[in-house]
Amino acid sequence: MANALTIVIVEQDKDRASAIVESLRETGEHDIHVLAGESGLARSVMRLEPDVVLIDVADPSRDSIEQIALASGPMDRAVALFVDHSDAQMTKTAIEAGVSAYVVDGLQFDRIKPVIDAAIARFQLYQRMRTELETTKRALEDRKIIDRAKGLLIKARNISEEEAYALLRKTAMDQGKRVAEVSRALVSAADLLL
Amino acid sequence: MKLRPLSAGFIPLVDAAPLIVAKELGFAEEEGLALDLVSAPSWSTLRDMLAFGQIQAAHMLSPVPVASALGLMNGIPRLNALMVLSVNGTVFGISESIAQRLENTSFAFDFSGAQAAGRALAELKTPLRIGVPFILSMHHELVSLWLTRSGMVAGEDFQICAVPPPMMAQAVKNGDLDAFCVGEPWGSVTVERASGILLVPGSAIWSSAPEKVLAVREDWAEKHPDETARLMRATWRAAEWLGRKGNSAMAAEFMAVDRYLGLGPDIIERALTGELIVNSQGDLRKTPDFLRLHGSDTCFPWKSKAAWIGESLSCRYGLEPLSSKASAESVFRSDLFRENLAGLGANMTLVSDATEDASNEIQTAEDHSEELILGPNRFL
Repeated sequence: MANALTIVIVEQDKDRASAIVESLRETGEHDIHVLAGESGLARSVMRLEPDVVLIDVADPSRDSIEQIALASGPMDRAVALFVDHSDAQMTKTAIEAGVSAYVVDGLQFDRIKPVIDAAIARFQLYQRMRTELETTKRALEDRKIIDRAKGLLIKARNISEEEAYALLRKTAMDQGKRVAEVSRALVSAADLLL
Repeated sequence: MKLRPLSAGFIPLVDAAPLIVAKELGFAEEEGLALDLVSAPSWSTLRDMLAFGQIQAAHMLSPVPVASALGLMNGIPRLNALMVLSVNGTVFGISESIAQRLENTSFAFDFSGAQAAGRALAELKTPLRIGVPFILSMHHELVSLWLTRSGMVAGEDFQICAVPPPMMAQAVKNGDLDAFCVGEPWGSVTVERASGILLVPGSAIWSSAPEKVLAVREDWAEKHPDETARLMRATWRAAEWLGRKGNSAMAAEFMAVDRYLGLGPDIIERALTGELIVNSQGDLRKTPDFLRLHGSDTCFPWKSKAAWIGESLSCRYGLEPLSSKASAESVFRSDLFRENLAGLGANMTLVSDATEDASNEIQTAEDHSEELILGPNRFL
């Protein structure tokens, strides 16, 4: 296979790793290996002599991999290097998406581009999912705390649910805060008092 | 006045203190900056965020800007060190089993003499696997220098590899590493987890090693001279505050919160006061100058120190030494230090070179107005 690349993915999460593998397979018949961030990681990566190494930007094991880019000396052609320096924009996009790629120097750019593009797309998807998950989680927590605050007001002031919510909203507006924040303050104050 | 936004990245370490204090005590705001601090997961990612413009400044290992000038990091633009953020502050520690073997030779664990400790390690005649946080680091330079001078051969008698500090304690415990060199609080964390014993402080190897610098992209500094000056002034004033007696407890409180170090203030304060607990029996050792954030020439980006780093890197990676020295010197911006910090009471000097690796004496250099007292600069 002329176009086959040896790709190493460093990823501890098995599900995530297999999703990345799957999306890379769509770009060609590559020889793909998945490693978890173990000690001696640099050695394991080097043994596989990869063309491309992909790792999450947020993974602290990146600093172990980094030494491969330096180990055999910068003047040596057969060294893995940080993403092709001819395309700073792609590197920037990759980092923003949360993936860092080490690519063997001298490899033709059009050979690796589909792989990097696929990795970027996959990581962007993950990032979007993570953000969405966090937003949903927060919305749920907010809802819960607002309900508790409403309950406290209904009991303490003997008002209706609508009135309780209106009161929270007005207070939030007056103080320039979110309704959830005002509710949280009320709930924690009530926890102290009661 | 509208504040100018500026993002700076840091690694959660005690020597990120000047940036954290610059923000928390309002020095940045007084200099007209809305300073946003971003915690980074690794040195390579912090460097890339800086290189590709997600942040404008960073708490950075001193050899990284030098390596950028030597072309050791492909695709990374030239980074400049505006000033030194910290001098010293690292520890060298060993695993339980190596400590046991040293104890059998009745080695005195005094946490000071690097020569005696180096000799003792060499006499074990065991190849040592040593972890450092990043391959381009003062940790790497200090350990190589020290063990080589102790008669050990790099690559044979000792092997240095990069292990992220959060994984260091586990790697030592698992027996994957025999020794480690890290910045605080990681040495103390390793002791707390009972997986390592601290042998010598980095300051016993070189008493005046530039550890972290305030780094920016060279082209950014050129395009934004005003922000550069404001950032340097704010950081310098924070460092001055940190250098004042009695502020370490408060500084430790600032740094303890989750968005910075997320650790108890007591463990952070050890490095600030130089009083470290070196083993799980709780033995305390005092090291004057364990970590210097201010005072004498601490913040001054000596070109001679950049050259020292450049020489060491060019030797390891087989680069031409003379041009490497010139490139290395060009990224330590003593010119900007003079220009931007005059009038703040910063120590100024007309020379930018001092003699590295020669003096056991406290040196003095001529200043425009007064005498600059140089800190002790001594190698083991």
